[in-house]
Amino acid sequence: MGCRVTKSNQVQLKPCDRGNISVPAMRAALLIQRWYRQYVARLEMRRRCTWNIFQSIEYSGQQDHIKLYNFFSYLMDHFSSANSQRNLVSQMFGESDPFQDAEWEKHFCYKDIEVPDVYTGPHLSFPLTISSVTELVDAFKNKQKLHARYVLQLLGKTWTLLRLMPNISHVCTCKHKEITICGDLHGHLEDLLLIFYKNGFPSAEAPYVFNGDFVDRGKESIEILLVLFAFLLLYPHDVHLNRGNHEDHIVNLRYGFTKEVLGKYQVHGKMILKLLQKIFSWLPLATVIDQKVLILHGGISDKTDLNVITKLDRHRFVSALRPLKRRGAWATPKEADDDFGSGRRRVQSLTHGAPLRLRQELQRHSVHSESGRTGRSVEEELRERRRLAGLSLPSDSDSAEDLEADTVEWKQIVDILWSDPMSQNGCVPNEVRGGGCYWGPDVTQEVLDRHKLQLLIRSHECKQEGYEFCHNGRVLTIFSASNYYDVGSNRGAYIRLGPDLIPHFKQFQASRSTRELTLRQSVGRTERSAFQALRMQLFAHKSALIREFQEYDPQCTGLISVKHWAVAVEKVLCLGLPWRVLRSQLVNSSTQDGTLNYQDWVSQLSVIQPNTEIANTSLLETLYKHHSNLESIFRMIDTDHSGLISFEEFHQTWKLLSSHLQTDISDKAISDLAESIDFNKDGSIDINEFMEAFRLVEHRRAEMEAPPPPPE
Amino acid sequence: MADKYNAENIITETQKRISNAFDVFDHESNKTVDVREIGTIIRSLGCFPSETDLHDIIAELEEEEPTGFVRYEKFLPTMTKILLERKFRPITEDLLLQAFEVLDQQKKGHLEPEELTKYLTQEGEPFTQEEIDEMLSAAVDPDKNVILYKDFVSMMTFDDTR
Repeated sequence: MGCRVTKSNQVQLKPCDRGNISVPAMRAALLIQRWYRQYVARLEMRRRCTWNIFQSIEYSGQQDHIKLYNFFSYLMDHFSSANSQRNLVSQMFGESDPFQDAEWEKHFCYKDIEVPDVYTGPHLSFPLTISSVTELVDAFKNKQKLHARYVLQLLGKTWTLLRLMPNISHVCTCKHKEITICGDLHGHLEDLLLIFYKNGFPSAEAPYVFNGDFVDRGKESIEILLVLFAFLLLYPHDVHLNRGNHEDHIVNLRYGFTKEVLGKYQVHGKMILKLLQKIFSWLPLATVIDQKVLILHGGISDKTDLNVITKLDRHRFVSALRPLKRRGAWATPKEADDDFGSGRRRVQSLTHGAPLRLRQELQRHSVHSESGRTGRSVEEELRERRRLAGLSLPSDSDSAEDLEADTVEWKQIVDILWSDPMSQNGCVPNEVRGGGCYWGPDVTQEVLDRHKLQLLIRSHECKQEGYEFCHNGRVLTIFSASNYYDVGSNRGAYIRLGPDLIPHFKQFQASRSTRELTLRQSVGRTERSAFQALRMQLFAHKSALIREFQEYDPQCTGLISVKHWAVAVEKVLCLGLPWRVLRSQLVNSSTQDGTLNYQDWVSQLSVIQPNTEIANTSLLETLYKHHSNLESIFRMIDTDHSGLISFEEFHQTWKLLSSHLQTDISDKAISDLAESIDFNKDGSIDINEFMEAFRLVEHRRAEMEAPPPPPE
Repeated sequence: MADKYNAENIITETQKRISNAFDVFDHESNKTVDVREIGTIIRSLGCFPSETDLHDIIAELEEEEPTGFVRYEKFLPTMTKILLERKFRPITEDLLLQAFEVLDQQKKGHLEPEELTKYLTQEGEPFTQEEIDEMLSAAVDPDKNVILYKDFVSMMTFDDTR
């Protein structure tokens, strides 16, 4: 090999050294290598476990959220005619949309919104040009905010454009173009900018497909939307947006997008969100390239039929968590019961109650005095009046056939937005997500062959490397939000597809600091987050855990074997995690003779400090367990987005929720609870403060827990 | 208390550990793992095999016609034996330190990155570029640009005690 040229003051290994390397030195090298590889393997194991933790918590959170649907349905069936409850429910579903699009356009008008002179952000003029869009991107890069006037203007034009688009976009590579396909972005503007940096902006020569989930979780969701829509307006034939399951206003209530918009746009946020609700429902559902490659967000089921999807009215599907939008009556698809689990038999009661509800809706919605006349056709007007008088003709109301068709269409859409692939053959409901299904390789083959397609590209699931094949290479998952769970958790990727339809991948990872962390540091950091999240889950199930442990401790010694601990924890949490492997991270107290003191351990999990003045600890625990769903419900009740709900509203909500959950809580307990959560003592509950009570403590705990930084 | 630790118990405990570790890499939940993950699984269970050792084990575990996957039914007995016989014993902090000292022929108390690189990428079971890069990123003192191996060893083995 010869001499290596090194700096003069450093050691050179002369050629003769190599041949004569001493046996001890060789052994030493071997030993170090052997040791180091073991070390790396242990890190890899930790990293994998951390990953599994995040995934299972994420999915169980989503399942939890979809169960809100059950709660809403329950409400519809069970609310009494008492004024307060009826108001509450109508408040929640208040937006029944009795107006035509033309009416809404007036409502969303941006023209009266003035842009003050002090505004230093970007100005938009229409029609857009490439330079104004570039300027917009640069402005966002510099953390500027687009003024509400321009936001509404841009969104208004986007809405107009989307209404002209079909449910499925058909794209051609035209024998020479390469198409770029991106997966979930989830508010990670940095990743989108990285993609544009590496791959160029969209243009007629550089078409793009964005496969849904643009918003939620990341903090720059609105910016991503504005950039994507701007490019869509610039190049309507070359930029394709598919709807994702997060393009859904009820999902947004929970996962951060609603909050982001209201925070950034305090005066016009509500209007922006309402307009976005419409835009989301008008986003196309899928893209097909060269009639061979199908791109959609979630996946497919054995029932997926692109012909049905092509023909349905996609904009009626406003949210996965709300009944189908209909002019007038509420119609809940019957068979969707199977997709969403137990106990939903809504159809009868809904159609029965409909006319009454509608009357109230119209009364409450005698809004916009300037828009008294709704501009309907005479026929439509008559139909409305008949309905109000309870004299609907059979042709007016939803026939059984209509409901049947609704059910089929509903399932088609939920399946494409929410499903995940599995390795076994078959098609089963997706219990984990609470919507859509798990589909196997046989279904892929059948569906793709039936439609004469060769490849399915989807997103929806985070992948370590940003992409992953399955089902014998016929299904490809692409995910573009790097560091999704935490810094260093995963790379993002995008696909370039040419006329040969062979996907080429480009990977990336945002944040320079990630690359500077050693493997050990980034694993450690992500791991700490994961365990934090896991402890919260454990805390939320405190009582159930103790009950389960006690089963294994008939003599009430307070001790339980590690083996039983693992079995019990899995039984309660159902996260499918390797608890024994995780034990060392979760159980601090030293075990004697392979047993641990479970009471001590559970009390150490305490996340909420007693100083929130909530004396009733089991109530507190239940509250904590459902706090994410509670937040969603509160935000729905808070229709004027003031951030406040009244005691009465809180009381009603909690009462309904707890009866749905079949927990036993007295009126007094709820009143006490409401009072103690009223931090300002002004008779109303601030939703943000309510949520803060949980977050504050988590931070404090994290501070207490964080290990000292290792010497580096 | 000693009753608890009869042989059967130990075997069951051991097998539970193996099963848990295996499951972490069983992505399809069908009791198979990619053969390339076997090394990681074995090492994460506390063993320190060399690459040669691993090759031998894998050869034993593979099917007659290699599928690229290893089935749990084959893995379990092999791994149980490895753990119960305590093969591939851990390398202690002392031993590791000694190894570094041997490489530090001039007894400087530290190693140059080039020195260590040379040894580890050309001797024994050579490191790949990625492996040596990763190790250096953690081992090299950024100010002095040398590897203070005594500190390095203490720091790395500190993690072991968790």
